[in-house]
Amino acid sequence: MELLLDSLFNGVAIGSVLLVAALGLAIVFGLMGVINLAHGELMMLGAYTTYVTQLIFKLPILKPFYNSYIIVSIFLAFIVSGVVGILLEKTIIRKLYGSPLETLLATWGVSLILQQFVRSVPLAYGTGLIISLLIGLFLPTILPSKIKESINYKYFKFSSWIFAALTGVLTGSLISSSVSKLSRASARNVDVTAPSWMRGQVEIIGTAFPKTRLMIIVITLISVIAITLFLNQSAWGMRIRAVTQNRQMSDCLGISTEKVDIITFGIGSGLAGVAGVAVSLLGSVGPNVGGNYIVGCFMVVVLGGVGNLLGTVLASFGIGIMTDLIGAGRLLSIWPDMPLPLSNTINFFATTSMARVMIFALIVIFLQFKPTGLFPQKGRMVEN
Amino acid sequence: MRISRRILAGLATASLAVTATSCGGGGTSGSFDDTVTVGILHSLSGTMAISESTLVDTEKMAIEEINAAGGVTVGGKSYKIEYIVEDGASDWPTFAEKSKKLIDQDGVPVVFGGWTSASRKAMLPVYESKDAFLYYPIQYEAQECSNNIFYTGATPNQQSEPATDFMYKRSPAAGGDFFLVGSDYVFPRTSNTITKAQVKQLGGKVVGEDYLPLGNTEVAPIISKIKKALPEGGIIINTLNGDQNVAFFKQIQDAGITPSSGYYVMNYSIAEEEISTIGPEFLEGHYGAWNYMMSIDTPASKKFAKSFKKRWGADRVVADPQESAYNMVYLWKQAVEDAGTFDDNAVREALVGQKFDAPQGPVEVMPNHHLSQTVRIGEINADGGFTILEETGVVLPQAWNQKHPSSKGFACDWTDPSKGEKYKL
Repeated sequence: MELLLDSLFNGVAIGSVLLVAALGLAIVFGLMGVINLAHGELMMLGAYTTYVTQLIFKLPILKPFYNSYIIVSIFLAFIVSGVVGILLEKTIIRKLYGSPLETLLATWGVSLILQQFVRSVPLAYGTGLIISLLIGLFLPTILPSKIKESINYKYFKFSSWIFAALTGVLTGSLISSSVSKLSRASARNVDVTAPSWMRGQVEIIGTAFPKTRLMIIVITLISVIAITLFLNQSAWGMRIRAVTQNRQMSDCLGISTEKVDIITFGIGSGLAGVAGVAVSLLGSVGPNVGGNYIVGCFMVVVLGGVGNLLGTVLASFGIGIMTDLIGAGRLLSIWPDMPLPLSNTINFFATTSMARVMIFALIVIFLQFKPTGLFPQKGRMVEN
Repeated sequence: MRISRRILAGLATASLAVTATSCGGGGTSGSFDDTVTVGILHSLSGTMAISESTLVDTEKMAIEEINAAGGVTVGGKSYKIEYIVEDGASDWPTFAEKSKKLIDQDGVPVVFGGWTSASRKAMLPVYESKDAFLYYPIQYEAQECSNNIFYTGATPNQQSEPATDFMYKRSPAAGGDFFLVGSDYVFPRTSNTITKAQVKQLGGKVVGEDYLPLGNTEVAPIISKIKKALPEGGIIINTLNGDQNVAFFKQIQDAGITPSSGYYVMNYSIAEEEISTIGPEFLEGHYGAWNYMMSIDTPASKKFAKSFKKRWGADRVVADPQESAYNMVYLWKQAVEDAGTFDDNAVREALVGQKFDAPQGPVEVMPNHHLSQTVRIGEINADGGFTILEETGVVLPQAWNQKHPSSKGFACDWTDPSKGEKYKL
């Protein structure tokens, strides 16, 4: 019983890391059909956001709230990656809808740019830049229309960007002068330390579970529930689904597909940021952290069936549980006296490297029989 | 941090970064009769740049020191050392290509370079075919002995063997069972083969081993295996790669695998630089084994650390790979002066037997082109350094490991033409 619980927990823990990382991609790739190779780098931005938040919360003013920095950083990471995602959509991806190969190359280029960006720009100024982007992109939309009408629109847009740039530079230098670690560019990996309440283990039914793992499972659950509710209950969610099913028809019926694209991409990217917070709890934060997850993300989305969230959920937990079953050699402990050739085979695959080989092989075999994944989209998909 | 791992991005970094970052170097001005230009070849871009750039810094510092002391004196003439720095870009074929460039185009008499075993293996054929000379400064898995490479890092018998011995006999977990963890590439696998043979000789038991594919940070299956194999604590030998260590130590601490519950980790790839990246709070109480540790309390060691900080910034640290890089520049200088020429073959002959008062203590070049060195075992402390627990005497290098089944009974001797690369003892 304890063994089974332990195994199940491990599987779910591994699976939830995959799931939180793949969730954003499931939306971007699944709903919009954009092959976003920069997804991993958006995760990386989320991870760096956690790091920056952690350091800022060490400042004397915020020190009393230090323990809650991880919660705050989840929201900040969502915003940061979301903003970068929106910028990406507005500048590059919008021009490339319907040409997956070009999108693939362009987003790959973006991923390299983002990696080099965090290597060569001090994080304080990076934060300032994000803040300017945030203000520049959203100030025109959130200000009450009264103020907008009183100023000539052209000048208004221009002056809001100037305001944004100034605020960005100011916050950048403020952060860089108060947190010395953020004032210099460094290609070195940095480290996020979980607050004390999240370290150590907690005991459930006689088995000890690491708290950070539980936290990641909680983050994943909340993200999945929130995104499901958003897609199925909100007006924008309905529009997104409508555009996914039939772009031209939705356009004809008065849905602004342009806005839908921005929102969908922004949410997908924001979720990548949340995933960044989760992975920063497990390992170190560096320019390459996203690249380690991108293959896994695509694997999960393809296995789950493109455009289906339930499929993504099941696929990631499936892969997680299989990884644990094979990689940790659980089958041997469940069934200790199995015939020798079989136990030898299982032993051979019971290392992390070989488990990966085995998982990939199983997925390839599975896709031979169900090429469109666990839950293929049904009905008439209007493509291109 | 011996090898980079990148799935897609590696391709691009390589192609982007094939920009030759050549820069003529030199430090102090003085009166010299002539100049000699040497090659420095490490990764200045890509994943390995963080580690390898520290070697470039150290080599530059050593060259500046030599120049300040009057340069190299050959045949009564004093030569100022200048250098050409090339970027290997964390891409192994680039290392070979740049080596060719340094030898053929720039005509340098010597190249100081490399970090990963993969980069060395890529460069080796170039130096052998052109009969040129590479100085390689990293602790590595050995099982190689080229006439055209001079290795100043530790061989396994100068690092892992004394460490295993310490763990089994004198650590708090003495007599316990072993679990081996490493990244999935040549160094950890070779090193662990040696460790397994040694543990068997000592009468201990290896209860499990696992390798994490490069780039993977999912340690959960390994943790459950460790808990199953070592329920009451024991010895863990860790040869994981750079940032995989962060994931490993964070997650094992969360899972309760700590020194206070009887688990002691011996690390072969974690030096001062890595401790500050991972965070001493995750590593305190675990062990490391190196030839040089920054906490060595001798004038030579202190002077080395002090000049490095003075040259490159007070927050910088020195670690074992840097010390090896420092030594090799000085050893080359001594050999050239003894040989009275920059000619490869004469320098190679003069090199064997060279002694140098290194920061770690005296070292000597052995006939197998490796160094005799002192081995130290340290416990990682809360300040991010090592508390040195043990120090061996000078240990002779074994290019062919005597515990590895494939090389047992073999040795290497380049001073005797009848023996050469691999002969039976």
